[in-house]
Amino acid sequence: MIINHPLLGPRDAQEFTYLGDANLINRPDWQAEDAVDQFHEYLYQRDNPAGKHRELWYHEAGDRSWLVVTRDTLTHEITGVELARDVALKSGRGK
Amino acid sequence: MTQTMRLGGGMIDRSKPLNFRFDGKSYQGFDGDTLASALMANDVRLIGRSFKYHRPRGVLTAGSDEPNALVELREGARREPNSRATVAELFDGLVAQSQNRWPSLSFDALAINDRFSNFLTAGFYYKTFMWPAAFWEKLYEPIIRRAAGLGSLSLAEDPDSYDKGFLHCDLLIIGAGPAGLSAALTAARAGAEIILADEDFRLGGRLNSETHPLDDAPASDWINASIAELESLPNVRLMPRTTVIGAFDHGIFGAVERVSDHLLTPPEGKPRQTLWRIYTKRSLLAAGAAERPIAFPNNDRPGILLAGALQSYVNRWAATPARRIAVFTNNDTGHRTALDLIAKGIEIAAVIDPRPDVTRTGDYPLLAGAVVSNTAGRLGLKSIEVRLASGEMRRLECQALAVSGGWNPNVHMTCHKRGLPVWDEGIAAFVPGETGAQGMFVAGAAEGRFSTADALTRGMEQAIVALGELDRKAHTIALPKAENDTGSITPCWQVKGGKGRAWLDFQNDVTTKDVKLAHQEGFRSVEHLKRYTTLGMATDQGKTANMGALAIMAELAGKSIPETGTTIYRPPYTPVAIAAFAGRSRGTDFRPTRLTPSHQWAVEQGAVFVETGNWLRAQWFPRPGETDWRQSVDREVLATRRSVGICDVTTLGKIDIQGSDAATFINKVYANGFAKLPVGKTRYGLMLREDGIVMDDGTTARLAEDHFVMTTTTANAVSVYRHLEFARQCLWPGLDVQLISTTEAWAQFAVAGPNSRKLLEKIVDKNFDISNEAFPFMACGEITVCGGLRARLFRISFSGELAFEIAVPSRYGDALIRQLMQAGEEFEATPYGTEALGVMRIEKGHAAGNELNGTTTALNLGMARMVSKTKDSIGSTLSEREGLNQPDALMQVGLRPLDKSRKVTAGAHLMVRTAAANAKNDQGYITSACYSPNLGHSIGIGFLKNGAERKGEILRAVSPLTNLEIEVEVVSAHFIDPEGKRLHA
Repeated sequence: MIINHPLLGPRDAQEFTYLGDANLINRPDWQAEDAVDQFHEYLYQRDNPAGKHRELWYHEAGDRSWLVVTRDTLTHEITGVELARDVALKSGRGK
Repeated sequence: MTQTMRLGGGMIDRSKPLNFRFDGKSYQGFDGDTLASALMANDVRLIGRSFKYHRPRGVLTAGSDEPNALVELREGARREPNSRATVAELFDGLVAQSQNRWPSLSFDALAINDRFSNFLTAGFYYKTFMWPAAFWEKLYEPIIRRAAGLGSLSLAEDPDSYDKGFLHCDLLIIGAGPAGLSAALTAARAGAEIILADEDFRLGGRLNSETHPLDDAPASDWINASIAELESLPNVRLMPRTTVIGAFDHGIFGAVERVSDHLLTPPEGKPRQTLWRIYTKRSLLAAGAAERPIAFPNNDRPGILLAGALQSYVNRWAATPARRIAVFTNNDTGHRTALDLIAKGIEIAAVIDPRPDVTRTGDYPLLAGAVVSNTAGRLGLKSIEVRLASGEMRRLECQALAVSGGWNPNVHMTCHKRGLPVWDEGIAAFVPGETGAQGMFVAGAAEGRFSTADALTRGMEQAIVALGELDRKAHTIALPKAENDTGSITPCWQVKGGKGRAWLDFQNDVTTKDVKLAHQEGFRSVEHLKRYTTLGMATDQGKTANMGALAIMAELAGKSIPETGTTIYRPPYTPVAIAAFAGRSRGTDFRPTRLTPSHQWAVEQGAVFVETGNWLRAQWFPRPGETDWRQSVDREVLATRRSVGICDVTTLGKIDIQGSDAATFINKVYANGFAKLPVGKTRYGLMLREDGIVMDDGTTARLAEDHFVMTTTTANAVSVYRHLEFARQCLWPGLDVQLISTTEAWAQFAVAGPNSRKLLEKIVDKNFDISNEAFPFMACGEITVCGGLRARLFRISFSGELAFEIAVPSRYGDALIRQLMQAGEEFEATPYGTEALGVMRIEKGHAAGNELNGTTTALNLGMARMVSKTKDSIGSTLSEREGLNQPDALMQVGLRPLDKSRKVTAGAHLMVRTAAANAKNDQGYITSACYSPNLGHSIGIGFLKNGAERKGEILRAVSPLTNLEIEVEVVSAHFIDPEGKRLHA
């Protein structure tokens, strides 16, 4: 597979390490009433779609960027690659 | 008499005779031969025995789809079983052996299996050898494997090297037949970067086997001119002897180049084979088509081969299996074959064609509406039996029979990315459907366009479209005038009503009977049929077999062929040696070896090394007279605790963390608090995974307000860094913090023992005060050593002694260890390795990898109170889960044997004294154990249910695996200096 890195252009997937569902960015608030339940949901309940999947890849043998890659799990077609940092900032994560 | 079956003409170089041996007998062939063609020229028809029934077999094909002619090629360590004689390029000195026969090829004792064929049908093994289960592995399987088998491995190490390479191109053309060559010329002239790969050593594809002229001249003229032009262009890479083995994601292909397979041994410095990864913008599959046999009784005898293959042998290699040959065909190929044979002076016994209305195209006897209903000749064909249109039977003498059941486009590569082929009634074959492969085009016979003119035109057209997609304008080229006979076919999959078995899969001995049996027993889907009968599961992957079996299953099920389905093709297209996949990753080159900065010095000291991950670390340093590793390790431990020891700890991960929010960041990734760590201090940090399990531990030093240095365990250096980057970029992207791994940048040594300060004072420059008052336990600082060399000093201790770790830029590591050892002479400074390091940390009760094993929590490690509840940190929320906080949770304890002479073993489980040793009574387990030279007996640390409350209890440590059972007392894990006085000295 080839991942089109937003900063570095097309790179072979061998340079990357896979983590999983991009929802791991959305870490719950530790002070919520039901924090334990939320964390449980966050950590263990994943969708496993046959089709488009937003997932985290780490450019370990490269610039060490975490990327959010939108990949079709059936065809491996990649329709989007973003810096995970940008995705996280957009979704309101900060400090 | 040699080469009695050699004809005139052909593409062999008669000025270059090549000597070779087959089954111990010497023969001669010519340059340009394959092993199969050379054997044929020498009238050797019997080449192998079949897998199950040990039936005598000869060549069926002239290419990589060969199921029969498998041999052990070469000798000694280079011996390679299951090599296809049809693609083994002849070289001088080639040695081959037939396989799966005993004692000899012409008399094979296990041919008795053939007599028992009624018992050995599909599913026989499953049904017969089911009971008793234990017999399977010990008795049945070895016997069956001996009886039914292929070649044998040499079991010697492969003496050759294999390589991997990477290529990029605009257009990869797979196959250099008429379609591939015309595409290559079109694309090359347009200036595109192209690769033209073909599995054959001679480019030209089917043109080399046929006699059709191009522009009224032999096709070889056009081939040679085309190749000469392509070779002259800098944007073209011609790759003969290269099989494209698979289409992968995003236009990436795998290919194996047989660099030296056609030579006795690889030339100096050359690999035997290279595995290429080819990155393409577009690809064109021009892989041609493969002929398929017809299933008729006893259709597997030596001398029966495919018609198109016979054309190859006669036209390209000037070799024939017989002087009188019959042809059995349901399409025009057989008639063309007959004409080619006549042109070479071979007598045609008859052309048998089941089509009643077919007409002759030349001067040969034609039996229209007839079929071959049986054959005779045990070790080679002698005669065939023909059922005429009238129903009358006729026997024909002939020593070879050419069979053509039609052609299957080689669609394999279009299916590797889940593309499914579609049925084309006109040619009675599957043609490519949606390929699913990014940027792939198909041209010529591979798309079911069988005429030469079509192939030439389609190759050009597809190249123009492919390049057009890359915004490159390619122009039409002048193509030679060629035959444009699209041919006709009436499907004929099997001849019914004859006596005897009719083979579908020659290599795995699957007959039409087996397909019927599968149908009868309900294994009707193609995938079930495959697995039940083993059809298509041999080394040839059923290239000549699958289509026929599918058609017969369709007929039995009363369905059409497309309704019945097709099996999925997967890479590789042809078998690939494991060595090619391994490439240079063999032996010590399997992965990189990382050496510590003191490695050379340690080698000089005669150190014994151990692999820890990719690192080689000194395990201990034997001294003259020491005969057992324990003597060395005990000495190193005692010397360190008595005076001073030195250990290279560079392998620990080091992460440099900087930024105005660095403290905030570290506070989030460690469970314990770091926000208030003063500058100049170091703190132990406990890192949790989000699920509350301990991930890693280490120390983090604050060198400045906005500058920290974190250490990790050696094993987790990479994964912790990755985790921190995840936290920084994905969880808290707003923090001003930057990370970089500096593991390799700093050489770091532990200097431990009561004299460690005195030793370091000789090294550290005088303006830095490292006295206990100025530089207390857990202090850190940037200093200089040896007269101005920048260094970092940490007063931390893994051994439990007064200890420091000193770091200098890596390139000074070797100098520093020599300096330390020299300065340490007066203290008898002793280098110690990983074993002594381990002993000292167990004596001190420090957790390491055995305890941080991915299942343990802070509570288990006795560090529950370190997990701060006043801040958010990774893992803190889920560490509170009920299941992880049971009252009888495992707690780290120390263990010592009641009988001091007994050895404590890591991995042993703990049981109360009176209970039976079983999982139900399990109280915990021992994680680390060693002999403590300071205490004079064996000790261990481990996890025990409610362990904090059980000091003084006597338990049994049981290890059924090693027959160990000893009584141990639960004690504190801090065997040495439990008050920590030494640390603060």
